[in-house]
Amino acid sequence: MLQSFGKYLLFLQSLFIRKESTKILFGRTIDEAILIGINSIFIVAIVSTFIGAVTCVQVAYNLDNAFIPRSTIGFMVREMTILELAPTITSIVLAGKVGSSIAGGLGTMQITEQVDALEVMGINSASYLVLPKVVAAIMVFPMLVILSMFLSILGGYLAGTISGELTPQEYITGIRDGFIPYNITFALIKSVVFAFLISSISSFRGYNTRGGALEVGAASTSAVTSSVIAILIGDFVLAYVLL
Amino acid sequence: MIEIHNIHKTFGDKKVLDGVSGVFETGKTNLLLGASGTGKSVLLKCIVGLIKPDLGSVTFDGTYFTNNKLDIRQEIRRKIGMLFQGSALFDSMTVEQNVEFPLKMLTDMNKDERMERVNFCLKRVGLEGANKKMPSEISGGMKKRVGIARAIAPNCTYLFCDEPNSGLDPQTALKIDELIKEITEEYNITTIIVTHDMNSVIEIGDKIFFLYEGKKLWEGTRDEIMDTDIKELNDFIFANRLMRDAKKVEEEEREEEEERLHHQPAAQENNMAPPADTPNEPQPQNPEGPAATTQTGQNQV
Ligand SMILES: Nc1ncnc2c1ncn2[C@@H]1O[C@H](COP(=O)(O)OP(=O)(O)OP(=O)(O)O)[C@@H](O)[C@H]1O
Ligand SMILES: [Mg+2]
Repeated sequence: MLQSFGKYLLFLQSLFIRKESTKILFGRTIDEAILIGINSIFIVAIVSTFIGAVTCVQVAYNLDNAFIPRSTIGFMVREMTILELAPTITSIVLAGKVGSSIAGGLGTMQITEQVDALEVMGINSASYLVLPKVVAAIMVFPMLVILSMFLSILGGYLAGTISGELTPQEYITGIRDGFIPYNITFALIKSVVFAFLISSISSFRGYNTRGGALEVGAASTSAVTSSVIAILIGDFVLAYVLL
Repeated sequence: MIEIHNIHKTFGDKKVLDGVSGVFETGKTNLLLGASGTGKSVLLKCIVGLIKPDLGSVTFDGTYFTNNKLDIRQEIRRKIGMLFQGSALFDSMTVEQNVEFPLKMLTDMNKDERMERVNFCLKRVGLEGANKKMPSEISGGMKKRVGIARAIAPNCTYLFCDEPNSGLDPQTALKIDELIKEITEEYNITTIIVTHDMNSVIEIGDKIFFLYEGKKLWEGTRDEIMDTDIKELNDFIFANRLMRDAKKVEEEEREEEEERLHHQPAAQENNMAPPADTPNEPQPQNPEGPAATTQTGQNQV
């Protein structure tokens, strides 16, 4: 465990020695960003909308009290999704989607000697392959999280109004009530940290694959497991430090 | 000129290389010959530094490589072209992009110059027109040829080929062998080819190093190889020849069979049957079939 952590730190360091030219890395980063964005946007949209909807319905169920204004439901949906659900759940979903594809891709490149082919050309394969993925994830995750916040609040709105739990006006009053802009900043900081954790851990797992197809599968699985654990620990630490 | 000295490599408790030394001369095609599993690929990887030898050194034209500073190693590596045993094409790129890749990374050619070079290299390996195909859409033999095109694209000084002609039909195998030899002589580069094919030895082997269980048992020219008294080498040559003869008989039989079928119009559709046995390998149509060896089954040697 500790040994893997040390190797992980060395791996991170290796990304920054003898880098390729910025122009080449920039091009690769844009490609990766488009790939991550396009591949994840659908699942993020679906998950966020439903999370918002479910949160709204459950809060409404728990707040069945005449003394509490119905707009509180909107307020709580906003607080829960922006602070916790949108960044964390989105990242966990992305750990499955992006993390496994990063680890699988790099693992396959490793076992089919494509990584060796890069090395023989005198290219730092770790930096060439991994750095753009990490930077791209850091660029794209916050965008996906913003989308997720928006859609989960919309999901809550739809669920709340369609089911007749509260009126559109009440919901909108609720989500505007006592808004703290810092919460958005906090959520975006979280998304950047999670993006780094997912992309670098998955790359580490994938890049160190040895053997055959079986090991590639194992690397993908362990990439997702390790990323999710890292996200949860990171979530706790960030909440403790920044809130 | 590449010199290797006393290379040792052990994986776990398996000794794969046991003190291999040798000098690979410039402008010559140097062959590493040996049966499957004798450590040929491992030796090649030790030379280019993909595997770190436990002991021993490699020098490229007098520059010490093995444990030298990173930027010196990097400098040398940029002069290396390598074909991997499994081709190792970048599977997210088209054939054209694969060949263009080292040019993009290692030279400052502009797009037009690069494309010209790509087309030239693809033509040399007989793959003009395959530019836009993905590696998953081409056959194993074509992948090898793309791999060679990629290796030679940036005008390398050192060329390493791990079994360049395994998985190819005899004619293409011969063409590839000749291509490598031509390139070696034309550009005066140092070439090391891993093979277990005696045909390559006879066609292009300027200098042959015979590996057996991690040791170099013999080195010499192709003229000398037939009169050695090393038992292991003789066994190897003999087995190779047996394989070739068996193949020859098989091919002749198949040709006869085909001819017979051609003379029976009713059995026309049966013509589909023989080629189906041998995917990727159009040997039956090969006019010089008997003279040429194929690589299939040689792993049993
Ligand atoms: N990374 C590795 N880890 C452990 N053992 C290895 C590794 N690479 C190679 N070996 C072992 O080294 C031995 C030599 O392998 P190598 O690939 O060099 O054979 P080869 O001579 O190239 O054979 P072939 O003609 O089949 O390609 C094999 O027994 C193989 O199991
Ligand atoms: Mg090999």
